[in-house]
Amino acid sequence: MKIMFLLIGCSLVMALGFLIAFIWSVKNGQMEDDYTPSVRILFEDKPVKEDTEEK
Amino acid sequence: MGKETQLIVSTCFHCGDSLPNSVISFDDKNFCCVGCKGVYELLSQNNLCDYYELADKPGLSLKNPVSKVKFNFLDDDQIQRQLLQYRDDKISRITFHMPTMHCSSCIWLLENLYKLDKGVKNSRVDFLRKQLSITFDHNHSSLRQIVELLSGLGYEPSLNLNDLEGKKKQQNSNRLLYQLGVAGFGFGNIMLISFPEYFGLDSFSSSYLSKLFGFLNMGLALPVFLYSAQDYFISAYRSLRKGVVNIDFPLALGILVMFTRSSYEVITHSGIGFFDTLAGLVFFLLLGKWVQQRTIDTLSFERDYKSYFPVAVSVLQNTKETTVPVTQLKIGDRIIIRNNEIIPADSILLKGSAQIDFSFVTGENDPIEKVLGEVIYAGGRQVGSSIELEVCKTVSQSYLTQLWNSEHFAKDQQSSIQSFQSIVSRYFTFALLIIAFASAAFWFWFDPSRSLNAFTAVLIIACPCALALSSPFALGNSLRMLGRSKFYLKSPDIVEKMAKVDHLVFDKTGTITQAAESGIHYFGDPLSGLQRNWVKAVCGNSVHPLSKKIAGFLPETDSIKYLIENYQEHAGKGISATINHVAIQIGSATYLQIQQDKNADVLATRVYVAFDGNCAGYFEITQAYREGLSALVGNLSNTYQLSLLSGDNDSERERLLQVFPKNAQMLFNMSPSEKMLYIHQLRESGAKVAMLGDGLNDAGALKVADLGISITENTAHFSPGSDVIMDATGFEKLGNYFKYAKSTLGVIHASFVISLLYNIFGLSFAVQGLLSPIIAAILMPISSISVILFTTVSTYLFAKKNRLF
Repeated sequence: MKIMFLLIGCSLVMALGFLIAFIWSVKNGQMEDDYTPSVRILFEDKPVKEDTEEK
Repeated sequence: MGKETQLIVSTCFHCGDSLPNSVISFDDKNFCCVGCKGVYELLSQNNLCDYYELADKPGLSLKNPVSKVKFNFLDDDQIQRQLLQYRDDKISRITFHMPTMHCSSCIWLLENLYKLDKGVKNSRVDFLRKQLSITFDHNHSSLRQIVELLSGLGYEPSLNLNDLEGKKKQQNSNRLLYQLGVAGFGFGNIMLISFPEYFGLDSFSSSYLSKLFGFLNMGLALPVFLYSAQDYFISAYRSLRKGVVNIDFPLALGILVMFTRSSYEVITHSGIGFFDTLAGLVFFLLLGKWVQQRTIDTLSFERDYKSYFPVAVSVLQNTKETTVPVTQLKIGDRIIIRNNEIIPADSILLKGSAQIDFSFVTGENDPIEKVLGEVIYAGGRQVGSSIELEVCKTVSQSYLTQLWNSEHFAKDQQSSIQSFQSIVSRYFTFALLIIAFASAAFWFWFDPSRSLNAFTAVLIIACPCALALSSPFALGNSLRMLGRSKFYLKSPDIVEKMAKVDHLVFDKTGTITQAAESGIHYFGDPLSGLQRNWVKAVCGNSVHPLSKKIAGFLPETDSIKYLIENYQEHAGKGISATINHVAIQIGSATYLQIQQDKNADVLATRVYVAFDGNCAGYFEITQAYREGLSALVGNLSNTYQLSLLSGDNDSERERLLQVFPKNAQMLFNMSPSEKMLYIHQLRESGAKVAMLGDGLNDAGALKVADLGISITENTAHFSPGSDVIMDATGFEKLGNYFKYAKSTLGVIHASFVISLLYNIFGLSFAVQGLLSPIIAAILMPISSISVILFTTVSTYLFAKKNRLF
């Protein structure tokens, strides 16, 4: 049963990692706007590249 | 000659408006005006034509270009310092509010702003808040240049007095998210660690691991108890000091008891405690709070006159024009107000023809003509050419500001309607304490060892989590449903007020009458088809509301476009033009030099038409009641007492009597303060009053009423003092809104019964002193989740049933 200590330790460290990641994401402003990024990800820069190549 | 066949593409490539008589072509594309073409040119030069592919006709019409000097005030150092969020010697940062942002193309263009102006380092859109944050190099491009570029593209940022007073950061919502995160972390891990206990592994509970797990749980619950739950303790303490018992009191008590008892059990090795229930409870409660906060966040509702007043205004000093912040305007200053600008202070008209649109103040859309020397109150918007005014009162002394700052707005009137939750939580708390003490006393008599156990168990199991959740979820959800139907509430608890209202007071002008779709009739010599088309073509060229109405009234007979020559608009009088060598004059009686009919209806406006100097007849435009008024009134009069207040004389009494029931009160010639007094008296007599009005005239009455509903054609309008802003298109559905509010209250009652059933079930264990951690751990999440599901689903179904959308 000694292995339990290790397992619990691991699980807690992982959970703590997720908590820290969450706090970081809030601090980073990821929770402020939950709509615009979903639109932004669909934009592509393709036409601009083509044009600069032609020039 | 004079004819032009209709083109296949009949809308502007940029803004999607229908094309006018003269089409501007560029790059094989058609544009409605030079402004639209200009934007297209600019975008195509910079390879930004993706803009037109992301959404259909995304552009904004630029028919009314912004005046060149409008943004000169942005060069003023003092104003800049107040607007900019950050500034060092290289970089400035600013956030604009941009009401015209509407589609994904807007996001794309605004975020690619750096391609248009090399000074822009970064631009970020927050679409839901309609904000654009720009970081720019102010040595390369000034703030003014950036704003000019934006408004040149059609995205004019709204810069107003409110922006100068700094912004509050949303620290609060982040803190709630942290608390929620910590509670969720605790909840999940404690549950995981408690699993062996749930399955009742006997060999396990005796082992040393059990003790370790107990302490682990305690460690995990500690931050939940101290950090996540702290607001409940603070709120409970505050309300107790005020001598009130709110819902947070039994919650805080439950949390406190749970933590102490669990810690005691763990330390004395007598059990594993209720840490899982504790963390779950806090997690669900915070979730409810978060839902509530998000609902409120989406409504930026608290607008006052400051968010409508401009930042600066053009002032004439020794024939030179300078820009001065409105707060520094002095009496005697000569100001210039251009088309669509708002007059910031009460002033006297000196030069130009003033057509003032007071919709911002009174809610009425038609511009009012003012003559030279007349005082124009602040808040009016000039329509047409520029005017020159002399300031006769400073901004803070002006009529509008005075009205706004009057005591009725300053003190927040306490409504006599108490929320269901606050009533229940009072009784609930007392009942809870009585049961807890009773069971403690009972066991003290029979089996003292169980006494404390039973006492704490009652407080733990009866912790009104589900009750605390039902209100925010039900109200928040119905707020969203109403919002979808363009009925915007200031805060969730307004739904409850709506449900309890029993007396509706209507204002007449602008509320039950509607300016936009007034009745219109033609009198005089019949117009030939050709003449009708001419009149329509001429009126179609003007932006005056009356012309627009006439153009909309005349039927579309053919698609022939006429060549209009010598088109002239005489502001405040009429328009003249020549088509096919026929001189056409459309305008007021004085403009056409016709004797005015003395017997004309006061409410009707007449527009005369003359061909080659011969008057053919006139269009009479009367105010019409809103569509569905009589059906609505008939509907409402069954359940509500109705009143009608009007600032006008009683010439319409007969017409109104056909609509309103006999027992309805009708009062005419009411001044704003009389309206306020009337509502005050109604409330004194015990009625729960809802006032429906519009504009600042009714602001006092709206504020005094239990529920102030302001009806507006344009929801962006200023609606002070109201609890609800209602889009005029939803007027017919007013009865449904009230019914829906009642159903929502019913949902809250039902969910309260549900949570009470859970409580009684749990209490039956608790009073016996038999409450095991497992029962608590199962009961609490189940009751919370079922209440959340129930409220969400049923508020949605009721919205469907009441045909909100």
